[in-house]
Amino acid sequence: MTQSVVVQVGQCGNQVGCRFWDLALREHAHVNKKGVYDEALSSFFRNVDLRRNDGGSCGVGGKIENLKARAVLVDMEEGVVNEILQGPLREVFDSTQFLTDVSGSGNNWAVGHMTYGSAYREQIVDKLRKTAEHCDCLQCFFLIHSMGGGTGSGLGTRVLSMLEEEFPEVCRIVTSIYPSAEDDVITSPYNSILAMKELTEHADCVLPIENQALVHIVNKIKHMSHCGKPGSVIKTDTTVMSGQGGLSRAEKPFDTMNNIVANLLLNITSSARFEGSLNMDLNEIAMNLVPFPRMHYLVPSLTPLYTLADVSVPPRRLDQMFSDAFSKDHQLIRADPKHSLYLACALMVRGNVQVSDLRRNIERLKPSLPFVSWNQEGWKTSLCSVPPVGHSHSLLALANNTCVKPTFIGLRERFTKLYRKKAHLHHYLHVDGMEQSYFTEAVSCLNSLIEEYDHLDATKGRLMPDAPRFSIAR
Amino acid sequence: MSVVTVQLGQCGNQVGHELFDVICSDALEDQRKGYSTASCERFFHQTAHGELVARAVLVDMEPKVINQTICRSAKSGRWRYGETSHFSQKQGCGNNWAHGFCVHGPRHRDVVEELVRREVERCDRLAGLMAMMSVAGGTGSGVGAYITRYLRDVYPKSFILNHLTWPYGTGEVIVQNYNSVLTLAHLYHHSDAILVHENDTVHRICSQLLNIKHISFTDVNRVIAHQLGSILQPALTTDSNGIYSRNPLGELVGSLACHPEYKLLSVSTIPQMPSSSIAYSTFSWPGLLKHLRQMLISNSKMEECIDWQVQLPSASERTRTLLGSSFNTSLANLLILRGKDVYSAETGSFEDPALYSSWLSPEEAFNVWKSPVIFNKYEKSATLVSNSKALLRPLDNMLGKAWNMFASRAYIHQYVKFGISEEDFLDSFTFLEQVISSYNQL
Repeated sequence: MTQSVVVQVGQCGNQVGCRFWDLALREHAHVNKKGVYDEALSSFFRNVDLRRNDGGSCGVGGKIENLKARAVLVDMEEGVVNEILQGPLREVFDSTQFLTDVSGSGNNWAVGHMTYGSAYREQIVDKLRKTAEHCDCLQCFFLIHSMGGGTGSGLGTRVLSMLEEEFPEVCRIVTSIYPSAEDDVITSPYNSILAMKELTEHADCVLPIENQALVHIVNKIKHMSHCGKPGSVIKTDTTVMSGQGGLSRAEKPFDTMNNIVANLLLNITSSARFEGSLNMDLNEIAMNLVPFPRMHYLVPSLTPLYTLADVSVPPRRLDQMFSDAFSKDHQLIRADPKHSLYLACALMVRGNVQVSDLRRNIERLKPSLPFVSWNQEGWKTSLCSVPPVGHSHSLLALANNTCVKPTFIGLRERFTKLYRKKAHLHHYLHVDGMEQSYFTEAVSCLNSLIEEYDHLDATKGRLMPDAPRFSIAR
Repeated sequence: MSVVTVQLGQCGNQVGHELFDVICSDALEDQRKGYSTASCERFFHQTAHGELVARAVLVDMEPKVINQTICRSAKSGRWRYGETSHFSQKQGCGNNWAHGFCVHGPRHRDVVEELVRREVERCDRLAGLMAMMSVAGGTGSGVGAYITRYLRDVYPKSFILNHLTWPYGTGEVIVQNYNSVLTLAHLYHHSDAILVHENDTVHRICSQLLNIKHISFTDVNRVIAHQLGSILQPALTTDSNGIYSRNPLGELVGSLACHPEYKLLSVSTIPQMPSSSIAYSTFSWPGLLKHLRQMLISNSKMEECIDWQVQLPSASERTRTLLGSSFNTSLANLLILRGKDVYSAETGSFEDPALYSSWLSPEEAFNVWKSPVIFNKYEKSATLVSNSKALLRPLDNMLGKAWNMFASRAYIHQYVKFGISEEDFLDSFTFLEQVISSYNQL
């Protein structure tokens, strides 16, 4: 069994991360009734016997002593991390896993990336190494950060390149929270564009998530639960809506949004943690979904986002789940995959679903989904037998789809608006090591990425005749 | 004589487990001692306590499936796997053929070879090796292709049969066509014969013949195991004088794979039906064989969708090229009949020269094995293993899609990372084009 390490950077990264740990604990508590430290638990948790002084972890198969998250928490201010240290999750971390400063990055990518990145480099690498040493087969790093702020985007992407240097063999999956257009951080377009270049060059896969899309989803759920039609009452104890059954019960404003992202991470790792008739390892994600190295932005969609209290007529609901995964409302970025071009698509199913259900739904949906000509059968599927808590089944779709392009274009527009006036630029250029060329390079990197998506989009709907086979050989 | 099975990857291990389960329950069901002894000797060895232990080596690059498989076999109470005859690592190949072939294969070949050698040494006489794998993933296909090559070096004179599961046309692994092309091209050099089951076909059998509503992988694997079992269980060959043939792989390869260009074998079995209906059905040999023959010439793997319009080409047509004809020419066929009144079955209709290529006479191209023992509860059953154009179309499709993807060089960087270059791809492509054109010329 392999292990993964979560690296959470900045305020947003740490908040999402903590929701993940909370829900992961709840999920394992639900499945693992005997209190045995099993393989599934070992993938994200260490089992530490505090009576032993060496701090070593116990092997798989014993009683659960103290579970410690395989995580590194980095923030350049103390607020969020202190909250964690005083909150119900404090037991899951120990002080060696934290790295904080007091003054924050002032929403400045350069401060996070250059100043803190250089000052804390040794310490961060040291913490990463220590966490990695506790794993006997480290497969994947999950980096969680936001794109808009200073610490998440600046230091977060610096950590990403540290991971690449120090652990070139280990897969890097990045969960990036993109700011809304009306973000209260004025410099967020700068930060996002500068971070984008790093993501494009150093990540294996990026799961882009837009704040705005999360807000939409949350509003919709709230609306559903208030309209109170008979038969459409929403269960309140399901994973997405509340953290009930988890350690922390207090509902904070972003909790529901963060829960959605945490659920994405739970689902993406489910097949690596639990058994199923069709396993999907984490390293299979990039292998199947990334046809060209730079085009590794995978649009996630999650269904069901809520369960109705009335759970009759399951088969209809199962098919509905598959349809929902491709609808606009369920994407975690604001995008319409159905009207863009699919390069590849993964369906990760949990719960009591058979291969015939998968096949039926793929056959049913395929005609309405445009796939690139050379990958008409670009489906990757996995079946995991353990459903999420409170659901009978669930589906996570990861789409490598050109529908991410509008998000990038929007970002570029907002960037250009600021950059044309050189607004706030001096804050960045004051920082040691930062030069204006970083901006021009970042924007040209984004331009060429958008262009690559354009090229693929141009092939859409065009029926490519099969080239005579041997002429392909050049 | 005994067969040592090597199960590779998730699919290989799951199908392998079902195969041993079918063989074991079938062998123990029958009262006739000769049959069950022969079957057990072939696939199992007995411990001092009389337990049956499969002559198998389990290989996977991640532990989950192997643990599951070993557990399930132990639970059956009838047979189990050897305690130490499995090898797994912690991290899979991630669907990357190159990772399996260039990294995991070479790194672990000595351990696997040692495990295989231990099983081989346990056999009084070795009939050959059978490697079971899928072609789509990374472990089964990549490590499998490497291990097959290595075993060929270590056992140059033994028969090596590969059983391959071909993926669904859509939706298991996106790079499945690349992986399949690389696997087939490499296996073709080292394997004596390649027995193929297509998931799509088997899935159709499950839904249409067996009436299974929610088809799981276990159902699919059981059908494959049933068909494989009916080939591999003991049978009497024409010249075996009433003694069960002792060399199943040798006889199989000898009767079917007579030319190095032609190694792809397909299987069809008749009848197949839900177990609840078996008791209410009766079969006659002429009826079964008439259907099976039409299944062969019209290339349908199921009784339900036989195209009765397809006929043997007349003598005048044979001289012309048969473009667009749906007639399926065979190079060689092996018919295996099991069940009641088996000796009365008339198989002359399979000996029509028009069925076969012009350069092999029907006497050489056609073989029958018979066994009076009822197989897997079917009163009468017939299995046809055929080296024919049947796999031409799926192979051509697979290659075509791989070419298409290769044209835009999609995913190639993932293979280059582990040491498979564009040239390696082209070598495999051209090799399979050669195979296709050979089959086309039949």
